[in-house]
Amino acid sequence: MDIQTLTFIIVGGSFALYIAIAIWSRAGSTQEFYVAGGGVHPVANGMATAADWMSAASFISMAGLISFMGYDGAVYLLGWTGGYVLLALCLAPYLRKFGKFTVPDFIGDRYYSQTARTVAVICAIFVCFTYVAGQMRGVGVVFSRFLEVDITTGVIIGMAIVFFYTVLGGMKGITYTQVAQYCVLIFAYLVPAIFISILMTGHLFPQLGFGATMADGSGMYLLDKLDGLSTELGFNEYTSGTKSMIDVFCITAALMVGTAGLPHVIVRFFTVPRVRDARRSAGWALLFIAILYTTAPALASFARVNMIETINGADQQGTEYAGAPSWIKNWEKTGLISWDDKNGDGKMFYSGDARNEMKVDRDIMVLANPEIANLPNWVIALVAAGGIAAALSTSAGLLLVISTSVSHDLLKRNLMPNITDRKELFFARLAAAVAILIAGYFGVNPPGFVAQVVAFAFGLAASSFFPAIIMGIFFKQMNNKGAIAGMVSGIVFTAAYIIYFKFVNPAANVPANWWFGISPEGIGTLGMIINFAVAFAVYKMTNEAPEEIQELVEGIRYPKGAGEAQAH
Amino acid sequence: MAFKSEEDKVAYWRDNLRLLLKLLIIWFVVSFGCGVLLVDVLNNIQFFGFKLGFWFAQQGAIYVFVILIFVYVHKMNQIDKHYGVDEE
Repeated sequence: MDIQTLTFIIVGGSFALYIAIAIWSRAGSTQEFYVAGGGVHPVANGMATAADWMSAASFISMAGLISFMGYDGAVYLLGWTGGYVLLALCLAPYLRKFGKFTVPDFIGDRYYSQTARTVAVICAIFVCFTYVAGQMRGVGVVFSRFLEVDITTGVIIGMAIVFFYTVLGGMKGITYTQVAQYCVLIFAYLVPAIFISILMTGHLFPQLGFGATMADGSGMYLLDKLDGLSTELGFNEYTSGTKSMIDVFCITAALMVGTAGLPHVIVRFFTVPRVRDARRSAGWALLFIAILYTTAPALASFARVNMIETINGADQQGTEYAGAPSWIKNWEKTGLISWDDKNGDGKMFYSGDARNEMKVDRDIMVLANPEIANLPNWVIALVAAGGIAAALSTSAGLLLVISTSVSHDLLKRNLMPNITDRKELFFARLAAAVAILIAGYFGVNPPGFVAQVVAFAFGLAASSFFPAIIMGIFFKQMNNKGAIAGMVSGIVFTAAYIIYFKFVNPAANVPANWWFGISPEGIGTLGMIINFAVAFAVYKMTNEAPEEIQELVEGIRYPKGAGEAQAH
Repeated sequence: MAFKSEEDKVAYWRDNLRLLLKLLIIWFVVSFGCGVLLVDVLNNIQFFGFKLGFWFAQQGAIYVFVILIFVYVHKMNQIDKHYGVDEE
């Protein structure tokens, strides 16, 4: 069967599965809509969290990014996994014991301030929208390549599916759909990785093949070969990076802390029955995430060697364009690969210096990898289904946070406190529907800055939410004035730095101009330190938090008596 | 009051913080230590086909992260039980 028919069957089958689950697990109350009734098993919640977390960017782009960055790719690997340790140890159990629905709820109650709540709501909505726009785009890209429909149609199909199960199922529907999506996406990621690992190194596990010798009989270690190829072709050595150490440090820290502060990740830990389940669930989530995150760097190095050898030929002299494999022609149509025969010899050549004739987009590495390695058609179709699963599961989680923020934090807790449960549920669904339409609009007409804005989302979460929550739990005397001053100064500083280098004066975005050599991607770390420092200084000049708040904080420090998440 | 005495409450929180500190030190050492700050030194050591620093940055630290969380879960359950504040 050809790739397209297979893709239709596999992607269509996965969609049917998601919809069936959505119908089976409809939400009947706000409790079920927001936190799935608080009754999700920790392993299931771990899987759902993993699917929620691993977006189109993790699935499609990350291995590609790493294969072009080499060692520097570690910032993503460490940043997007290490944050879970912070989350599990410092946030999740306490927020679960606190027992409300959302992060703004915690900030608002802990700092006894409507202003703090509003600041948190605005941050949460902004962070989620920047994310979700990128996801819809991912769905569009996958559809347009594999189903040969245009991107707009692809985005509309994606919107329809997400609409169906978010609006109907709420958190309950999303959680169980995400469990299925995790299975689809991890299977789709591992199958080609294992195939390629066996082909190239003879090892079943990519994590081992990564550090093994090539199967071509040369007896050379894969990474040594890759280092050799890289230097020969004028790239940086693969296993050492180009970024400065302080920048690697700060980007990693900003991504870790940002991960721990992202509202759509934190909210997952409100869905389990007990505090101990919140702890366990974070462990399972990281285990499921680690399966993909330890495979990704292996895949990145396999793909790199494969791509260089296919384009340049085994003798590194270039190969005839006329005889190029079909994947090059296929991806040329999407504009993500291009060839410019500079020396007019009719051969393609890829390098990091003046000899280079190829433009290869990083985003295609995972999607094109099975084709590059000549894997069977069903594997290629499976990767398409996996990419779509990753994008859908993340968008659904984000849309839910947006709808909760609007109906719960904004309407119920701010504007219309007397609203009934039924009404609130109606507004939650309405908000989800509107959010999907807006996200879809950005998917079809992507603002040119989607990629840049992701750095923004992490930086903001790192410099605003994280310190406020940490101090809220571990420093019971911290008062409202300190926390608000900290959040505002952290955000303003981080946002100003990013906006200046990314939008106002992009030409100045070079290491020589950065403060302490920290790039805009890593500045959230400095923003976080400023947040802590300002909060502490203001706290020193004002009164400590009132007695009843300090008692509230003491109450969340031990698990006993954690009921279901309360609807106030 | 869920604790038997005020001393228990203080001791519980102290034990909790001690555990957190230990685990977070390991967390920092494997990721920021071995994977970033000491990477050049460790890269002189060969570990199978990897340079050791590179391995920590792209593989090893992640394995340790997973183990850390499960150790935390286990130890924390013991502490909860010891002070009678578990959820059974």
